[in-house]
Order: sequence, then structure tokens, then C-alpha cells
Amino acid sequence: MPINKIVSSFDEAVADIEDGATILIGGWGIAVSGPSLLIEAVGRKGVKNLTMVCCVAGFGKEVWAALGAKFPEDQDLLVRNGQLKKAITSAPVSAIYQNTFERLLRAGKVEVETVSQGTLAERIRMAKAGLGGVYVPIGIGTVMEEGKETKIIDGQKYILELPIKADFALIKAHKADRRGNLVYRKTTRTYNAVMAGAAKVTIAEVDEIVELGELDPEVIVTPGIYVDRVVERPRNVKEEAVERTAEAKESYEKFMKRKGA
Amino acid sequence: MKEKARLDRQTIALRVAREFQDGDVVNLGLGLPGLTSNFVPAGREVLFHAEPGVLGYGEITNFGEGDLELTNASGQTVREQPGMCYFDHAEAFVMIRGGHVDISVMGAFQVSEKGDLANYMVPERRVGVIGGAMDLAYGAKRVIVAMSHTTKDGKPRILKKCTYPLTALNSVDLLVTDLAVIEVTSKGLVLKEVAPGWTPEEVQSLTEPTLIISPDCQEMSLI
Repeated sequence: MPINKIVSSFDEAVADIEDGATILIGGWGIAVSGPSLLIEAVGRKGVKNLTMVCCVAGFGKEVWAALGAKFPEDQDLLVRNGQLKKAITSAPVSAIYQNTFERLLRAGKVEVETVSQGTLAERIRMAKAGLGGVYVPIGIGTVMEEGKETKIIDGQKYILELPIKADFALIKAHKADRRGNLVYRKTTRTYNAVMAGAAKVTIAEVDEIVELGELDPEVIVTPGIYVDRVVERPRNVKEEAVERTAEAKESYEKFMKRKGA
Repeated sequence: MKEKARLDRQTIALRVAREFQDGDVVNLGLGLPGLTSNFVPAGREVLFHAEPGVLGYGEITNFGEGDLELTNASGQTVREQPGMCYFDHAEAFVMIRGGHVDISVMGAFQVSEKGDLANYMVPERRVGVIGGAMDLAYGAKRVIVAMSHTTKDGKPRILKKCTYPLTALNSVDLLVTDLAVIEVTSKGLVLKEVAPGWTPEEVQSLTEPTLIISPDCQEMSLI
């Protein structure tokens, strides 16, 4: 039987995600790079008490639409749907406005573990690499050190950081073949390539599925063995007209101002 | 008495960019630090590094003109440049943590006389954006903080000891503010330059720790 990791729908791709799952969600901050349609499918499934591990806790559809994203949903969907129990992230809140996650955090409805970005990446990577922990020199004398084992190595103090063990990784890539080999476009590689293979099940949302052999072996970024399922985005989708909330407008204007500053 | 003019954000960015030397790998934080990429001194080849996983990117594009899948850490679209390269996010931090980045430019809420940095959380908010600041403060060979010298109500932000939650201990090397350029040394804070029209005594009066006034202390040259 030929290996075939292609699934035909986003709902089918996430069908076995259950309540209480820990999910890695790829993508970078406020840059179009996340698995929007897989997140929508998890939203439709309605599973609850999720723990999500991600760069940021989400901005919401209106903000992404304002930036010009064709698939504008992000993890904010799971937050505002009440599907989330906890976020493990480097940026739970926005530096420029109050996101949904911060509102729910203040209401005591979600929990947060804030992790320095490099350590977050490494904790994900070490799960993929089968390591029991890594000593990192980041966060000495800060909140990151609290309650953790430390060790002096060659006169330098390190904190023992442990792997993040996840059930699913939802990632976005550019192209895939039926074996799950992946390539990315430009800066969208980011967390997506780190998370591939770091959970029990990795699901890749891609722009295009190509025939075996079309991806140059010299440039494949994620070897297919890290990927369990691939699902293709619909093509030729026009940008959706999304009604923008006052909050999204404000955020967008601040973003524009920061760009032009 | 009318408050004297201070440097604006663009001018602070211009002064910071003078620190970039030929061949430096430079990471820029959100906000003001990002502007410094517009002011690299002519003839110097500087490689800008960003946490999503890119090295050697070009200038920030006008809004709506760039490729949404090519951005800096702030999510601003940037131009492709010959010789640039992409990598994943863990690799981006291998570069930072492993000491392969020469300069990190960041903003700050507070900096102490020992170079302690507080820039991720205002205590009242009880939650903050750590992002990559802790990694950069530790890993970059040189940390330059660009910030306004005082709070909006005129209180010093350069303190004997930070009162906000710390990002990193003993990490800042140079402060470029809207009033001064100050170097953090093992002997204390050395005032090297003052903004045009300001005296070292006036800068001292808005700084909590005692400044060591460099014998070469001069007015910032902005030409």
C-alpha cells in the first residue's frame, strides 16, 4: 500500500481531537502564517478544556482581515468560543490592545503559562527530539526561574526546562506530498516547522498538495515522517468581507501608525 | 518654565543606528527599535535578524505592498534582499541564545544602574508580553536600549533598582534616550552624550543613580 497522508476535509483531519487535548498551534505573532482552517474545524467540533501552545494567544478574525489575510481566523476563535482552558505562550496579551484572551484571563475563565519565546521553541523541539529536559541560561533572576531546578555548569547558572508534551500539532505549510514532506514560504516556516513532529499527531494545512517527486529533496524542510495528515486549502479564495469591530479598527489603526512611525 | 525639546523617535533611531558596524547581525524589537533599520550609515552592510526565522531582510514596505508571508518580528512586511535566508523559529533562537547575534535593540520601561532590564510587564496589568526579550537580553553580544528618559509624568526610568518585573539581570550595554547616550560599565553609568540644548546636570536631575560624566561628554552630533 502506498503511503498516503492526504485527508480530504478539514473536519476529517481533526476528527479525533477530544476534550482536554493539548494542541500546538503554528504560526507567528501578527504575521499571516497559521493553520486557520484547521482552527476553524476545531471550532466547529466544539471540543472543550483545550490547552493550546502557541506564539501568541490570538488577535481575532477582524484584525487579520484588516491586514489582508484571505483565511483570517486564528486561535482567538477557540478563546472566544470558550473552548480553551489554558494557553502556554510567549505573548498571551497584545502590546497594543486588549485581546479576548486577556478579557477571559481577567474574568478567571482561562489560565496562562507565559514562557520566554526561545525557551518555548526549545521545549517544543525537545519533545520532538525525545529529550527529558534542557538546561537553559535564559530568565535567571526573573519569574522564569521560580520553582524550577537550577544547576551551575562551568560557572554559569542554568534553569532546567522540560518538554511540552502535546497530543496534536496543527501547522501551516506551503506544499506537501502524500508522504507528508513539507516546504514553507518565506517567514511562515517559523513555529510551523518546529512543531511538526512534536506532538503525537501532526496535521499540516497546506496551500497545495503536489505529486511525489515534485518537491526537491535538497529543499524539503520537514521530512514526511514528522507529519501524519495533510489537508489542502481551497484555491482561488477571494478575501472575505468581514465587518470590523471598533476594537479591531482601533488595533489596525495603531498597527498602521506603528508602521509609519 | 517651558520644557526643553527632546529628541523625537526618528532621531533616537538615527542615533542608535550609528552603533551598527559593518557586518553586524542586528535584531530589532517592536516599536521604536524597528525604525533604526531606516538609518543604517551609508556603506555599512548590516544583517537584520528577526525571530520568525529570517536573516538579511530589507526595508519595511509600505502597507499593502509587501508579501504577507515575509515579515519582521512585528509582522510588518519587509523586502527581499540578495543573500537573505530563512530558517525555523527554534533556529532563530539558537542564533540568539548561542551568541551569534551582535546587537539587540529593545525598548524598556526601566533600566537599573547595573544594566538590569525591565521591559515585559507593567505590574498593574499582571500579565505581559515576554516574547523573545529574555533570550535577546542574555544572548546578544551587545544590548542597546532605546527609550524615553522619563515616564509621561516626568519620573526617572533609569533607576538604582528596577521596580517592575525583570526581563534580565545585568544585560544592558548602552542606553539611547531622548536626552542622552549612557554607557553601562562596571563602575556605573557613564554619560557620554547629551541631547542638543541639554546640560549633564539637567540629565542627572532626571536620572535616579549618580551618573559618571565622561571627560569626553559632548552634545550629540546628529548630522
